[in-house]
Amino acid sequence: MADGDQSAHEVARRVARASYGKLIAYLAKQTRDVAGAEDALSEAFASALVDWPRKGAPDNPEAWLMAVAKRKIIDASRRKRSGEASTDHLKLMAEELEAMASKEQHIPDERLALMFACAHPAIDPNIRSPLILQTVLGLDAVDIGSAFLVTPAAMGQRLARAKNKIKVAGIPFRVPEWAELGERLDAVLEAIYAAYTKGWNDPANVQNNLADEAIWLGRLIVELLPHEAEALGLLALMLFLQSRHEARRSVSGEFVPLADQDPSLWNSEMIAEAEGQLLRAGELNAIGRYQLEAAIQSAHAARRLTGSTDWEAIVQLYQGLIKIMPSPVVAINLAVAVSEVEGPEAGLAALPDLAENIELMEFQPYWAAKAALLSRADSISEAAEAYGMAIGLESDPAVRNFLLAKRSALPKAN
Amino acid sequence: MQYMLMIYGDESAMPKASKESMNQMSAAYAAYTQALQKAGVMVAGDRLHHSTDAATVRMNNGKAKVLNGPYAESKEQLAGHYVIEANDLDAALAWAAKCPGAQHGVLEVRPIVKMSN
Repeated sequence: MADGDQSAHEVARRVARASYGKLIAYLAKQTRDVAGAEDALSEAFASALVDWPRKGAPDNPEAWLMAVAKRKIIDASRRKRSGEASTDHLKLMAEELEAMASKEQHIPDERLALMFACAHPAIDPNIRSPLILQTVLGLDAVDIGSAFLVTPAAMGQRLARAKNKIKVAGIPFRVPEWAELGERLDAVLEAIYAAYTKGWNDPANVQNNLADEAIWLGRLIVELLPHEAEALGLLALMLFLQSRHEARRSVSGEFVPLADQDPSLWNSEMIAEAEGQLLRAGELNAIGRYQLEAAIQSAHAARRLTGSTDWEAIVQLYQGLIKIMPSPVVAINLAVAVSEVEGPEAGLAALPDLAENIELMEFQPYWAAKAALLSRADSISEAAEAYGMAIGLESDPAVRNFLLAKRSALPKAN
Repeated sequence: MQYMLMIYGDESAMPKASKESMNQMSAAYAAYTQALQKAGVMVAGDRLHHSTDAATVRMNNGKAKVLNGPYAESKEQLAGHYVIEANDLDAALAWAAKCPGAQHGVLEVRPIVKMSN
């Protein structure tokens, strides 16, 4: 019994991980009610944990969960309209769900449609990424909230509002037509990349690694839309960055900047996969932001083979990137790359102007880059000041300690 | 589902418009309305008089307080609306994009609450 119990739990956990988003997507597409689908599925999982240990896990656990969840949805909408003859819509839905439950062994994959609904232009851009993490991966508001620096209660509220909007505004669950696909896909990719960068900026948090989840979503998109160059580019970019995960911290937990990382610690399998995806993307002849960023990371990764970094190539790639995505972040990275080719003075000259981009005042990477460039240009007191800003604006203690050490190592200004 | 398309525009631009462009606009609206009807999605639609012809009412201590002018004083004012039947928000947005009002102003698309009786 204990064995059966354990294996039933095991099956439930496995199905939850692999099928959660698929089941939610399929149920929500029928009803447009994401929250209702989530409630029904969590009830179905609860039933499974009671039922399976007693009777053994069913042959097709996914279909079992789907059938139970559908019944829960029908029950819930009956309860809502209690005392009232079931409306045509409800009757129709019940019949349709019933008919499908009986013969359905294979559940169509509507996760892509679900992601497009979550990243619809009518949904607040800030909630798209959390919404995808919750609906496709089943992460809860506590985990998502902490990654996005929002209280669980506030995150729960925002997620609930977005789900309600999907329902009442009639946001469709479908992959957009070709004419609209590009723009809509950008929003989906952006949401996935936002999840990745949240995970990346929080390397100590291994238990709930958003970076892994984002890569999983990236793979899913590529599997479902294999001919979208930018989807391939995003996956390649995330894999390149992730390949350096082990090398970003020393054994004692200190921050190691890219230039000082030991390339033998990079994950060569991930790099190889990233190169493959980037190559596939290139063959589609539709260059974009993610492919360029992945190409930059590819150039960095080449150091493990050549022992040096081809900064001229990186400068060129950043120049291409800034043309299609002009942003202070890209400008800062370009300036750093320029400094490697032409020296720190040229790098400083290429930094975006603080007076024109006042938001840089609170932007840590600007001050960190500026401090390093000033230090190399022997402007010691200015460098110390810039390090001070970078330290004050940094939230990761490992990076803070690294910058503090850099500042202490500055020669004494006279 | 039903959606209301609310047409907001800059009223001050209207008197400056040439007669020709006014005629063009009317013809465009007539064609748009006809297209909505032919597609079987039109539920209702009206053009509104100038917002200076509006008045607002609110009850204050049991007494109606009436004020001259529209609810919100802004450059862009509600100039008219359509109610359409559409499968989903994308379909409604596609219709909104075709409305001549989207060229000069802004279309707000709002889902209508369906009353269950």
